[in-house]
Parts: sequence; C-alpha cells; structure tokens
Amino acid sequence: MVEMSGSQALIEALYKEKVEVIFGLPGGAIIPVYDVLLDSKIRHILGRHEQSVAHMAEGFARASGRVGVCMATSGPGATNLVTGIANAYMDSSSVVAMTGQVPTSMIGRDAFQEVDIIGITTPITKHNFQPKYASEIPKTVKMAFHIASTGRPGPVLIDIPKDVQNQTADMVFPNKVEIQGYNPNISPHPLQVKKAIDLLTKAEKPIIMAGGGVILSNTSQKLQAIVELLLAPVITTLMSKGCFPENHPLSLGVLGMHGSAEANKLISEADVILAAGVRFSDRTTGKLDEFCPDAKIIHIDIDPSEIGKNKAIDVPIVGDLSKTFDMLYDSLAKRLEKREDSPWLKKVRQTREEFKGIIIDQGKGLSPPKLLKKLRELLPNNSVITTEVGQNQMWASLYFKVFEPRTFISSGGLGTMGFGFPAAIGAKVARPDVPVIDIAGDGSFGMTANSLATSVVEKIPVIVVILNNSMLGMVAQWQRLFYNRRYSAVELGVAPDFVKLAEAFGAQGFRIGSIDEFTKVVKGALKSEVTTVIDVPISPEENVFPMVPAGKGLKDTIYG
Amino acid sequence: MMLEGRVKRTYIISTIVENRPGVLHKASNMFRCRGFNIDSISVGATERKDLSRMTITIRGDSATVEQLVKQLAKLIDVIKVSVLSPGSTVVRELALVKLYVADGRARSDIINYANVFRSRVVDVAPGSITVEVTGSPDKIDAFITLASTFGIKEIARTGITALVRG
Ligand SMILES: Cc1ncc(C[n+]2csc(CCOP(=O)(O)OP(=O)(O)O)c2C)c(N)n1
Repeated sequence: MVEMSGSQALIEALYKEKVEVIFGLPGGAIIPVYDVLLDSKIRHILGRHEQSVAHMAEGFARASGRVGVCMATSGPGATNLVTGIANAYMDSSSVVAMTGQVPTSMIGRDAFQEVDIIGITTPITKHNFQPKYASEIPKTVKMAFHIASTGRPGPVLIDIPKDVQNQTADMVFPNKVEIQGYNPNISPHPLQVKKAIDLLTKAEKPIIMAGGGVILSNTSQKLQAIVELLLAPVITTLMSKGCFPENHPLSLGVLGMHGSAEANKLISEADVILAAGVRFSDRTTGKLDEFCPDAKIIHIDIDPSEIGKNKAIDVPIVGDLSKTFDMLYDSLAKRLEKREDSPWLKKVRQTREEFKGIIIDQGKGLSPPKLLKKLRELLPNNSVITTEVGQNQMWASLYFKVFEPRTFISSGGLGTMGFGFPAAIGAKVARPDVPVIDIAGDGSFGMTANSLATSVVEKIPVIVVILNNSMLGMVAQWQRLFYNRRYSAVELGVAPDFVKLAEAFGAQGFRIGSIDEFTKVVKGALKSEVTTVIDVPISPEENVFPMVPAGKGLKDTIYG
Repeated sequence: MMLEGRVKRTYIISTIVENRPGVLHKASNMFRCRGFNIDSISVGATERKDLSRMTITIRGDSATVEQLVKQLAKLIDVIKVSVLSPGSTVVRELALVKLYVADGRARSDIINYANVFRSRVVDVAPGSITVEVTGSPDKIDAFITLASTFGIKEIARTGITALVRG
C-alpha cells in the first residue's frame, strides 16, 4: 500500500499496463493528471483536436495489437473525443480514453465544462467508468485495460472527477482483476466444431470469409494453414484486408459494395461459407435476403450477440478464433485427403481471368487504380496504409494489395472522414520502423489536416497521398449515378492549396502531374524526416467500380 | 423453424446485475439503441447486497428475444440472464388501483370484489377507495376490467417480478 493522489495512481497504473504513449490535449479538469504526467516516463503526444487524438490512439492500437490510450479534458474535450470513440467501437479497436470531469460536488449542476460523458458514451463504449474515490483508480484502470483488450476488443472510457484526481488514498495495485459479468475466454463447443467439419469436408464449393476478427485475434497464420488444407478461396472484408496475403492464388480480395468482381461473384456460388470473425455488415453483404441464400454458413465469433444478429446461421460457433482454428485444423488434417485441384478452383481461376484488368485499365492519365498499383510497387510489403473515407478508401481497398495483417487501417464501421491521417500518425508511433501512408481524399484530409502540426512538432513523419478530385467524391459519384448528375453541395473548389498548407505546418508538399513525378516524389518521401503531403490532381468525374448500388444484392454489381 | 421464430409471445427475462449506479441506465439505453420495445422492467434487491435483480417482460418473437438476451449478457455489469419458462416460474405483480366511489352501495361492492380477488383495501377517502392487488398480470388485468365499471381514478402497477420454482 502506498499513499498517493488519484492522478499519481492513474499514471502509475498506466505505467503498470506498459503504456508508453498517450495521445491527448489538456484542459482545466485534467490538469492534475497532466502535472503528474510531466514527471513520468510515459510520452505524451499533443494533438490539435481531440477527435484526432482518439484516432491516433486507434491507429496505434490497430498497427501494434496493443491498447491505444488517449486523454482529454471535460466538456468540449470529452465531446470532441466522441467521434473517435464511436469509430473505435464500430471497428472493435482496443482504446482506453480518459477524460477529466468537474468535481463530484458539482456533477449534475451544469457546472462549467460539465457534460455527462458517461451517458453520451454508453452506447459507443464496451464499458465506461466514473471512479468516485481515488482509491478506486488502480482497479478501474486494470479493469479498463482488461475489458478493452480481451474478448471482442473495444473502447473503454474512464471519466475522472477533478477532486478524485487530487484526493490522496492508500493505493493497492491489483495484478489481475476478475469481473463477474465478463468472461472473454470462450472455448468453442466441440460438437459445433464437428458439425462445421462435416460440412467443410463435404463441401464442393467452399469459401472462407475472413473478417476483422482474424486480425484482432492474430490468427492470420492459422487461417492460412486451414486455407491450404481446404484449398478454399478466401474473401476478406474491409476490416480484415491483409489478414490473408492478397497475392496468394487463393485470395479473392475484399467483398462488398465496392468488393472485387470475383469476390462478389464467387461467394454467391459457394455451397459452404466458413465465416470467421465477421459481422455481416450491410456494406459487406449487400441486400441480406439475397446474400448466399442457398449456402450453408458456419459462423465463428467470440461475441455471441453477433451470431444470428444479421444473418441466419446453420452452424454457429461461439468461441475464440485461435482455439477454434486449432480445432478445425486438427480435425481437417485428419479427415481430408491431400488436395491439389478441384472443379471449384478451376472455376475460381476462370472467373479471375474473366475479370482480369477490366477495371484497372479504365481511365486515362492519373487514374487512381494505376496510381495505387504504382504506389504498391514503390513501398515495402510491411508498410502500413491508412485510408480516409469515400472513393479514396474504396480504390485503396480494391487496387492497393496488402500482404500482412495490421498493415491496412481504415474506418470501416463508422466511415469517419478525417480518420486516416491521425490514424497514420498513431500507427507510425507504433511502427516507427516502417513507412506509413494515408491514402486520402481532399475532403477527408481537410477534416483533420491540423494534425500536421502534431506530426511535424512531434517528429512523426508520415506520407499523405491525396487523390484530389476537388469533390466530396463518393457523394458526387452517387449523385452522378443515381441522382441524374445533380451535384448538390459536393464541389470543394480549389481551396486549400495542399502544398502550401503542408509547408505552412513545416511539412513538405508536392503537387504531381504524372506517374513519373509521383514515383520520384514517393521515393523522396520514403527517405524524408518530415511528413510529406502529395497532392495528386485527378479527374472529378472518376467513379469507383465495381459497385453494388445501395439496397441491392451482390449479384447486381455494376462494372462501369 | 423460421416460422416459429416469428411467432410473438410474452417472455419474462430475469437478470442478475451488479448493484451499482448506472446499471439500469446501461440496460435501458441498450434497449432503446437496439430498438427493443420492453413492456415492463422492475429492479430490486436480491439475497446479496452487491447484486440486484432486473425482471424484464417483452412481447416478441424468439429471434428478437434471443438477441435481447445476448445483448444484455454482453453488458459488463450484467452477471446472469435467463429466460424464464412460464410453467416453472412464480410470477407476481402488484397494482394499486384507485376507484371513484359514488355511494355506499358502490363502496361495499368494491370491498366485496376486492375480497374475491384476495386483494386489500389500503385507503378509503370520501370520494375514492384504493385497492392493492397482487398476483399474476392476468389476475390484475381482470381486476382492472372489473374496477373500470366503477370508474378508475388512477392506477400504479409495479411491473412483474419472478423467480424459478424450487
Ligand atoms: C465525418 C463525415 N462526414 C460526412 C461523410 C459522408 N461522406 C462519405 S464519403 C464523402 C466524401 C468524401 O470526400 P473526399 O474525402 O474528398 O474523398 P473522395 O470520395 O473524393 O475520395 C462524404 C462527405 C462521412 N463519411 N464522414
């Protein structure tokens, strides 16, 4: 037992959780914590807007597999965090957010900078806490990290009233916690696994649908082993892009509204789908009634509430993916004869041939698919890519191939414009050894471009490639295709000049006019010690294809 | 199976939760966010000081109830969720029913009916009488139907609470 203040206990508890970095922005209600932080070994990275510090924490978490930590003051600091917390919740990212709160005696009286952040974040956190006594802090932090990082990960918020930060108490730091209502270590039921094996061994046209859960559970290798036994093609979602190498002959790419042509086509022909760590989101499945109505679906997830939530399932398996993959592999290895080829694989190859190059060869000049192919050639395989939201994101998903898990980080569930750049900064903090690139749209980058200050001042160099169509491109695409070209509020004009904007922050900016220039600038950026913004003017008329119109089934894919 | 999944009936869900501020908010907020339309919810003490029991009734199909149970179980403060089966469950609700009393005849009629329902008169005032009825929700409904012939001034129902038999 040691006597210390709530703030000291908080920093000590974070230190015990091996936190090395906090992304944050201070204010009156959290000053006591910042005061203690000054003397600690934990690095603080100062953001310029709380939304961005939450995205940085998430980028850090997703690139590293560890918990990302962010901090803000009460009131507007806390409400600015909300978008970032919601983003982490939708994408199951392990983030711990801490907010200052007005003193307990003032709570409920509309005090200066008081908001009910517990109430506000209840539907967008895995759990939240508001310790009322300093002595609760060590255990609260332990629980927060445990909850954020285990089971299906998610964000946890700790809201700490200012008097609790200042209060001293005898602190006990627990080494572990047990939470009665929380048991994240779920082993799959052997009977269910057996049913899955029966289906898989008999399947003639199996497909594996791997979701974000594969990345979260670090089971890419186990997945690959199963794929090679089954010789089944693999489809990923936006959230799992990279969990299976996209240059593997059995990779079909990403499924969904802007899925690859072969993924969308072949999943509809499969007879058995092994869906692992997916949540059947509408952007992935298209119209649900038309999503593989005849296939038998095996669904593995650690979150029981995901099973049957959107899609009726034939063989539900509630369990940790790692354990489940082990069990599946062992039984499959015993029961399956060695396979070399099958009519189904022949079909896969044919389909791939059929669609080969139909999209990538469309468009003239600086077409995004060509640019992204070039970018891939210029980058080492382990580079981390983040994206913004809109066309840029979907082009990246379709045409930028990813080979390793945790190297593609995109706002999937919430679709938050402005996510990519701060997430890139967070990812770079986690992986200073690899290049980190934000594939951006001009609209999205504008939303959090002030994080340039953080990247320059804190010396966290990343590369931003802006596919600049001077448009809120994805909205413009919908207006072009479905609203008779009536552009409403999507033209961004020429402001800002991104080269000057970058320079104003002390970063470097380039505008390029050809693939050759692009190559040269990217090569330079990879060696640069400051952040590089590359402004790539593209046609405002570009569309992302393939596309499944909203509300339609995958078979209604349009190719251009 | 699909058909069965769509048939609506009333389910009683009994939940053991941490006895802490904010737990009811987390549960009811989840119901609203996910569009579950709850008929009643009652919260009260259990044999343990650190735990409360939340009893929820909902009319819905089995698929809806399955989702509700899973979403409840997912809340960190929720320790145990069970769907109670009507056959093996003791179900009780309490209602206070305040009736208009026109005259002495009506007053004695009400007292007689209250006796038949094994309920109690808990307050008598010049123009009204208040009856406490305890029992299954059906019994309370029946009493209220009867009482409405006299004219109902106010009703307060607790929502049901339940325990598995044995
Ligand atoms: C914060 C936020 N506001 C609005 C939207 C709706 N929205 C989706 S895509 C898009 C356009 C994005 O434009 P830009 O970043 O330039 O990317 P582009 O589609 O042109 O590649 C908009 C406005 C959103 N996803 N996020």
